[in-house]
Amino acid sequence: MRAFTYERASSVEAAAQAAAGNREAKFIAGGTNLLDLMKLEIETPTHLIDVNGLGLDTIEATPDGGLRIGAMVRNTDLASHEVVRRDYGLLSRALLAGASGQLRNKATTSGNLLQRTRCPYFYDTNQPCNKRTPGSGCSAIGGYSRQNAVVGVSDACIATHPSDMAIAMRALDAVVETVKPDGSKRAIPMADFHRLPGDTPHIETVLEQGEFITAVVLPAPIGGKQIYRKVRDRASYAFALISVGAIIQPDGTGRVAVGGVAHKPWRVEAAEAELPKGARATASILLADARPTEQNRFKVDLVERALGAAIAEAKG
Amino acid sequence: MQSPIELEISRRNLIVSSAAAVAVTGVAGKAAAQPAGRAMNLTTKLSFTVNGERRELDVDNRTTLLDALREHLHLTGTKKGCDHGQCGACTVMVDGRRVNSCLSLAVMHDGDQVTTIEGLGEPGNLHPMQAAFVKHDGFQCGYCTPGQICSSIAVIEEIKANIPSHVTGDLTAQAQMTAHEVRERMSGNICRCGAYSNILDAISEVAGIKA
Ligand SMILES: Cc1cc2nc3c(=O)[nH]c(=O)nc-3n(C[C@H](O)[C@H](O)[C@H](O)COP(=O)(O)OP(=O)(O)OC[C@H]3O[C@@H](n4cnc5c(N)ncnc54)[C@H](O)[C@@H]3O)c2cc1C
Ligand code: SF4
Ligand code: FES
Ligand code: FES
Repeated sequence: MRAFTYERASSVEAAAQAAAGNREAKFIAGGTNLLDLMKLEIETPTHLIDVNGLGLDTIEATPDGGLRIGAMVRNTDLASHEVVRRDYGLLSRALLAGASGQLRNKATTSGNLLQRTRCPYFYDTNQPCNKRTPGSGCSAIGGYSRQNAVVGVSDACIATHPSDMAIAMRALDAVVETVKPDGSKRAIPMADFHRLPGDTPHIETVLEQGEFITAVVLPAPIGGKQIYRKVRDRASYAFALISVGAIIQPDGTGRVAVGGVAHKPWRVEAAEAELPKGARATASILLADARPTEQNRFKVDLVERALGAAIAEAKG
Repeated sequence: MQSPIELEISRRNLIVSSAAAVAVTGVAGKAAAQPAGRAMNLTTKLSFTVNGERRELDVDNRTTLLDALREHLHLTGTKKGCDHGQCGACTVMVDGRRVNSCLSLAVMHDGDQVTTIEGLGEPGNLHPMQAAFVKHDGFQCGYCTPGQICSSIAVIEEIKANIPSHVTGDLTAQAQMTAHEVRERMSGNICRCGAYSNILDAISEVAGIKA
C-alpha cells in the first residue's frame, strides 16, 4: 500500500472541499472496497478523507412518503430497517444477497454504489486493463470472460458493476443526492448515475472530482411482489453471475433491473411493457443488443430463466 | 491543485518497501502539498479500548485494525488469512458488531470498543462458545477458529436483534434461530479444514437449536 495522509472530515462541505481539485484524494467510508484495492495498489490515493462521523447514518421519511437513506448507513442497518423490509423488500433482499455479515456491517450505502468491478484482470496488475490503466488494452476481450458483461459493452471494456444493492435502487427509481466542492447540490437519478464503459471505462459514474454523496432517496413505495434472484457459483458469499430484481404487480405489470450483465444496473423500460407476456418476451427486448462472448453467452439464457422464476414466484 | 513535482514526491514508488523511510520523507513532502493550517502526517494517534483496556497507539496510517492488534498490541489470537475480506479469519467485534479487521484502518477506530478472541475468555474461564467449540471439535488446524467464534457469538446476537438474512422467509417476521439461518450467516467464515458440521453443532448448542 502507498503511504497517505489522513483526515477526519468535520462537515459535508469540508469533505467535498478537501477533495476539490486533488485527484489523489479519496473519501473513505466502510473501506471494504477501497482498502482492498489500495493493498493491491490499484487505488493509490495520497490523501484519505474519513467521512464517517458526519451524522449521515440515519434513515428518515421524506415529505412525499419515501425514504432518505444517509450515505453512511451500513448495509446491515438498511436491510434490517422496518420500513425497508415492509415497503422496499427488494432492497433488503438485494443487500442480504451480497457479501457477508461482517462486510455488510461496515459497507455503506454510498460505498456500495461506488464499489469497483470484479473483472479478474482489473485485479491482476500484471495484465493490461483499460479501466485500471487507460489505454493499456482489455485482457477480458478474448480472454477469460465468463463473469463479464454481455450488454452495453464497448471495445475498450466489458466489465460489470458488481453491486447487488444498486440493482434494487435502480428498479426502485432511487435518486442519489450529492454536494459539490463549491457547495452546490444535485440529485442524480439512478438511471443516470453509472456510465457505460465507452472508450473511457475508468470513468464509472457521473460524479465530478470532489463531489460527495450525502444520501440516496427512495420515492414512495409502489407495492407489488418484490423479488431478488441472484445466481452465483456458490450459495452464499459470492458475487452474482447474473441477478434479477423484479417488482411484479397483481395485474402482471412491473419493473425489472438486471445485475451481472452490464457496466451499470441494466433496466430497459420498453422491455417492462412485455412483462405481462412473460420472461421470454421481456428478456428478448431487455437483452436485444447483447454482445456476449463465447464464455458468457450462458448469461443471456440465465437472465430469461431467472426472470421466469421471479415471475412465477410473484404469481405464487 | 498539487504541482507535478509534489505529485511525483507523493508517488514515492522508490521507497514504498520501507515504511519507516516513507514516513520520514513523506511528512516533508506532504506538508508542502497541504494548504496552510492543514499540515498532515503519515502517522496518526489513536486511543481505543481493546478487551476492556484503554490503549494508545501512534501508527502509520496504512496500518489495518488487524495489524494494529497483532503487530502493535501483540494480540495474535486474531488471524490473517487472506487480508482481503474473503475468509473471515480476522473477524473481531467493534462496538459489539462483527467486522473484518483486515479491511479497516486502525486510525478509523479512535474511541471504539474492540473485542478479540482474547477478550472473550481465557483457559479456565472460557466463553460458552469457546467451550462449545472444544466440546464439539469445532476445529482441526484451528487457524479460522478465533474468527469463527467471534462470528458465531455475533450471529446469535444478530438473530436475537431481528436482523434478517438471505434465507429469512418473511422479512416482516421475527428472524428465527435455526440451523439454516446460522449456516447462511456464517458464510463469511471459511474453514479450509472443513470443520463446518462440528462448528454448526457448537453454535447450535449455545443457541439452543435442536439438531
Ligand atoms: C469478499 C467480498 C465479497 C463481496 N461480495 C459482494 C456481493 O456479493 N455483492 C455486492 O454487492 N458487494 C459485495 N462486496 C462489495 C461490498 O459490498 C463493498 O465493498 C462495499 O459495499 C463498499 O462500501 P464501503 O462503504 O466499504 O466503501 P469504501 O471502500 O469506503 O468506498 C468505496 C468507494 O466509494 C467512495 N465513496 C464512499 N462514500 C462516498 C461518498 N459518500 N461520496 C463519494 N464517494 C464515496 C470511496 O472514495 C471509494 O472510492 C464484497 C466485498 C468483499 C470484500
Ligand atoms: S473488461 Fe474492463 S476491467 Fe476487465 S480487463 Fe477489460 S478493461 Fe479491464
Ligand atoms: S484476513 Fe480478513 S477476511 Fe481474510
Ligand atoms: S480449522 Fe483449519 S481452517 Fe478451520
